[in-house]
Amino acid sequence: MKTKSLTSWLMFGEWRGHIMQWLVVIMAIALGVALGFSIHLINTAALNEFSAASKSLSGQSDLQVHSKQSMFDEALFPVLAQYEGVALANPVLEFEVVVPEKLESNDHKLKVMGIDMFRATMISPDLLGVTEEGNQLDRLADDAIFLSPTAMEWLQVERGDLLQLNVGLQTIKLRVAGGLVRARAGQRIAVMDIGVSQWRFHYLGLLSRIELKLKPGINHETFKVKLGDALGEHYFITEIADQETRVANMSRAYRVNLNMLALVALFTGAFLVFSTQALSIIRRRHQFALLRVLGMTRLQLLRQVILEGVILGMIGSLLGLALGYATAAMAIYFLGGDLGSSFFPGVQPNIHFSPLAAMIFFMVGMGVTLLGSIAPAWEAACAKPARALKSDGDELSISRRPIPWFAIICLTLAIIFTQLPPVLELPIYGYLAIALLLIGGVALMQWFSAMVFTFMVRVRRGNSGAVATLVLARLANAPNLAAIALGGVLASFSLMVAMAIMVTSFRISVDEWLGHVLPADLYVRAASIGDQGGFQLNEQKALAGLSGFTRADFFRTQQLILDPTRPEITLFARTIDMSDPSNTIPLTDDVIAAALLPQDVMPIWVSEAMVDLYGFRVGKQVTLPLGKGLHEFFVAGIWRDYGRQFGAVQIRLADYQVLTEDFSSNSVGLWLQPGMTVSEIESVLRQLPFGDALEISWSGDIRAQSLQIFDRSFAVTYLLAIVAVVIGLLGVAASFSAQTLARVKEFGMLRHIGVKRRQILIMLAAEGGFLTALGVMLGFLLGWSISLILVFIVNPQSFHWTMQLHFPWGWLFIVASVMLVSAAITALIAGRHAISGSAIHAVREDW
Amino acid sequence: MQRSIRNKYYIFSIVRIVILLISFMAANIFAEPSKFKTVVPEYVLTFPHDYGMHEDFRIEWWYITGWLETTKSKEPLGFQVTFFRYATGYNQENPSRFAAKYLIIAHLALSDPAVGKLMHEEKTAREGFDLAYAKQGNTDVKVDDWTLVREEDGRYVVDMQANDFGLQLSLTPTQMMLLQDKNGFSRKGPKPEQASYYYSEPHLSVTGTVFRQDKPVAVTGRAWLDHEWSSEYLDSDADGWDWVGANLDDGSSLMAFQIRRKKGGKLWAYAALRDAAGHVTFFEPGQVEFTPIRTWRSPHTDATYPVAMRIRTDKIVWRLIPLFDDQELDSRQSTGAVYWEGAVILSKDGKPAGQGYLELTGYVQPLEM
Repeated sequence: MKTKSLTSWLMFGEWRGHIMQWLVVIMAIALGVALGFSIHLINTAALNEFSAASKSLSGQSDLQVHSKQSMFDEALFPVLAQYEGVALANPVLEFEVVVPEKLESNDHKLKVMGIDMFRATMISPDLLGVTEEGNQLDRLADDAIFLSPTAMEWLQVERGDLLQLNVGLQTIKLRVAGGLVRARAGQRIAVMDIGVSQWRFHYLGLLSRIELKLKPGINHETFKVKLGDALGEHYFITEIADQETRVANMSRAYRVNLNMLALVALFTGAFLVFSTQALSIIRRRHQFALLRVLGMTRLQLLRQVILEGVILGMIGSLLGLALGYATAAMAIYFLGGDLGSSFFPGVQPNIHFSPLAAMIFFMVGMGVTLLGSIAPAWEAACAKPARALKSDGDELSISRRPIPWFAIICLTLAIIFTQLPPVLELPIYGYLAIALLLIGGVALMQWFSAMVFTFMVRVRRGNSGAVATLVLARLANAPNLAAIALGGVLASFSLMVAMAIMVTSFRISVDEWLGHVLPADLYVRAASIGDQGGFQLNEQKALAGLSGFTRADFFRTQQLILDPTRPEITLFARTIDMSDPSNTIPLTDDVIAAALLPQDVMPIWVSEAMVDLYGFRVGKQVTLPLGKGLHEFFVAGIWRDYGRQFGAVQIRLADYQVLTEDFSSNSVGLWLQPGMTVSEIESVLRQLPFGDALEISWSGDIRAQSLQIFDRSFAVTYLLAIVAVVIGLLGVAASFSAQTLARVKEFGMLRHIGVKRRQILIMLAAEGGFLTALGVMLGFLLGWSISLILVFIVNPQSFHWTMQLHFPWGWLFIVASVMLVSAAITALIAGRHAISGSAIHAVREDW
Repeated sequence: MQRSIRNKYYIFSIVRIVILLISFMAANIFAEPSKFKTVVPEYVLTFPHDYGMHEDFRIEWWYITGWLETTKSKEPLGFQVTFFRYATGYNQENPSRFAAKYLIIAHLALSDPAVGKLMHEEKTAREGFDLAYAKQGNTDVKVDDWTLVREEDGRYVVDMQANDFGLQLSLTPTQMMLLQDKNGFSRKGPKPEQASYYYSEPHLSVTGTVFRQDKPVAVTGRAWLDHEWSSEYLDSDADGWDWVGANLDDGSSLMAFQIRRKKGGKLWAYAALRDAAGHVTFFEPGQVEFTPIRTWRSPHTDATYPVAMRIRTDKIVWRLIPLFDDQELDSRQSTGAVYWEGAVILSKDGKPAGQGYLELTGYVQPLEM
């Protein structure tokens, strides 16, 4: 027989005989690859589309000039337009307006671009409005607004309709004059003439950015440096590439973490491959031994087993790629590109099949399968044919286990890795530590289960029933087989535990934090007026004078840019209780007491992200752009902020007003007098002359909504955890059924010496139960360690926030029980099949 | 591709509208009581005030055409420079410095027989920030870095640089200005309000530099300046106009135009001929006749222009032959304006008479989209 046909004969024989097991393995690989590939496709599509959408807004400019505050004086425009080397300067005013008809919903803002059509036409022609034929000048009309198709659909308007928009506490009407030359699918924007938008929305004298086209032959870098020096610290000059970096930075941590989770699913799949392969090799021990005796070399055998793995991996990976593509397409269609999180708002991406990514995920799938196949293949190749032919494979149980150096090295490395800083702002070492913990944990498993069960045998010696003795003896003496079954359980359960602990910790921390940051009973907001908050002093007085409230706290919020490659930070100006700022701000322990603050510098309290991203450490003097210029501040404390991962700063309202002479505010927190009802309060507020323009939110609702958003963001995490557990359970099923089948002879022997069929079944269930119990115990320990890494390393390093550890005991218990029961049941079902034949036949099987 | 052309066409059809179809716009949008002054016969043009911008009128332009000769190689060149000021009628109350109350639109074209077709470029901007303006009191117009200024001594200075060509010219008057029609009240149609204020400065002596392929070339030459302002210009039945302005070799100056009916035929016409001594002959609509001698079909726009013309002013017959045929200003790709504006050679009764510029508008049908 030729080697080739022998190979395929061996392979197909094995697969035909245990078709279900191999199908499960293929499915596991396919699932892991599919998950990773689809997440990659979705994220790439969403990021590309988001990036393209934001790029389409700034068009074909060479450079963009921004200020550290979101707006700056338009006087810069003529300067830049006439600047040496500038071919074209395109002024842009970009802002968001509140749509009163959408106030009920959280999503009630429309992005408006104010452009100069004569200049924008050379830089971003797509943004021009499409007027009625022959009436192009309508683009300049002082009541005209142009809407993208998505915006028209959202607002339910068409050309000629009047659109109501809020400016502070007033409502103005603009005429929908037409669509846009081109808008990206899902892009919800409005375009107006720049002069009209400045006037109608109270942005007189202000611009958001100026886009520059340079004359041919001008060196961009030199020009940028020169202009930067001329403009001073208050301005940024960016290129399109910076913008891409900024967009990528916004969602990078989220994307990387999601990909890691997908890898975890694949990793769990590897254990399944391993256990199935290992058991298949045990099953074919005699076969292989015979082949060896007949002249097959060790290398040929090794190749045979690895080839089987490769073919499995190939089928699984290809299937996974197809499945992943389909899943991604469906997810984009049904969930949108941000998978329930809100990292990519307002885009409608299309999935593009990328051969490179497909290749990479194919290789990863193959790699994982190979990883799972190598150890069993080695084992098969190293087996001594003579002994294998004779014995039942109990050589595995007899050999003494050496000290598990490999596991110890893995675990030690894992501990070292937890101490290392992030790489490129990503918790690379954290993830490596998790992987090492898992590998080390599984490697330790054999040794550990042998120890535990041997110990139990010793303890129970003499006073145990026959079944219990059989079970423990088996488990204590065949640790290799036990470990194989346990690998999958351990990996999936520990990941599940880790994820559950992390999510619970996060959720409880967020919930507590929400309680802290939302002390008032309700919050009332107004649309902003230009770059000012919607409540001017008069309205603030009216609000503070209302009956039914014990207290009113006014807030002023603003966006600042400290680094053009990063998203904006948020500045809160509010009344802060100086006797103990932690009454107002959810401070961490890293705080300087109010009494010890320097008197000559204004204090600020910064979120944890500010420390990581900008190095705003407690006690440091920092500068922030406020009002007209840069000002020095003293970092007085660090607070937790789960709302803004890109950074936020709190400052005393009085300080803010001194520096900016801006006395407006964006929102007010109101405390109710006891006994007031919701409807009473709302009617009191609505009776104000500007009552209709108010956006009223109750703390309870905000909290519920925030938690809902939280749960939605973690929806994918839950899905991944479930996939991991399903793969883990498949592993249990596969290994148990394989084992029990392999032990048909053993059961036949037991039947012969008087053990009843029922007792064998109990024995099997108990074996499954004990093993899973051990796996669950170890899995919990491992999972707990991993959760520590997730909570204290991965989260702070990727999202710049810390949290307190909380355990979802109830849930963990349920999952553990489900695993125990399903493992026992699987063992039982497999066992029933194994002992269904006659005892005599069973003993004689194979021979 | 079709789509992008179409969009760009839309973007700047405004220029086209300004040039050709002001009356339509006025009829459509400004049916309400006009915010603009009407042109009346009683008005007496006063200078230097009327050299400058007239805020209360809807549209105003300064238009210079001329023949140049390179000093070294004696090659002929034609040039056209136009600055429009256009009141949008919008944003009257808008205090923003970006408020688009007025637009400044400038055209620059160079007819270089060596190139064989017209080189041209336009700029449009809203008035404001001292980047684009038309000033009162004296001719002083600017769009970004394009400027036309009348100096105290009466000399005009033009400085315009396009991507691959440009002009830096100084134009000095050698004759009196010419008030067209009735002391500068120039009728454009059968209705009395269809008129503009209109004066010309013929026989401007030109010196300066032309940039061809970015190389400066010294030139001298002779030019013609028109300054016109109005609020209502064309009759709604008008299709376009044919216009000629010529500096004749004997020192006299000829200006003639006809406004064509949509259905064909002449809606209005006018001509003025001033001899070197300063004596002006005005011609009534009935005395002026434009007859095509030869047409040229534009490969760019498919429009057919009567590039060679016979013009009769009462008893005199003028013959106009273009410097070369392709002097079409086709900028549908960028701004949408399409007209023929070309340097022409005049002969009178069969003898060479001088050089001028012929303008043919309204020969391209608006594209049906």
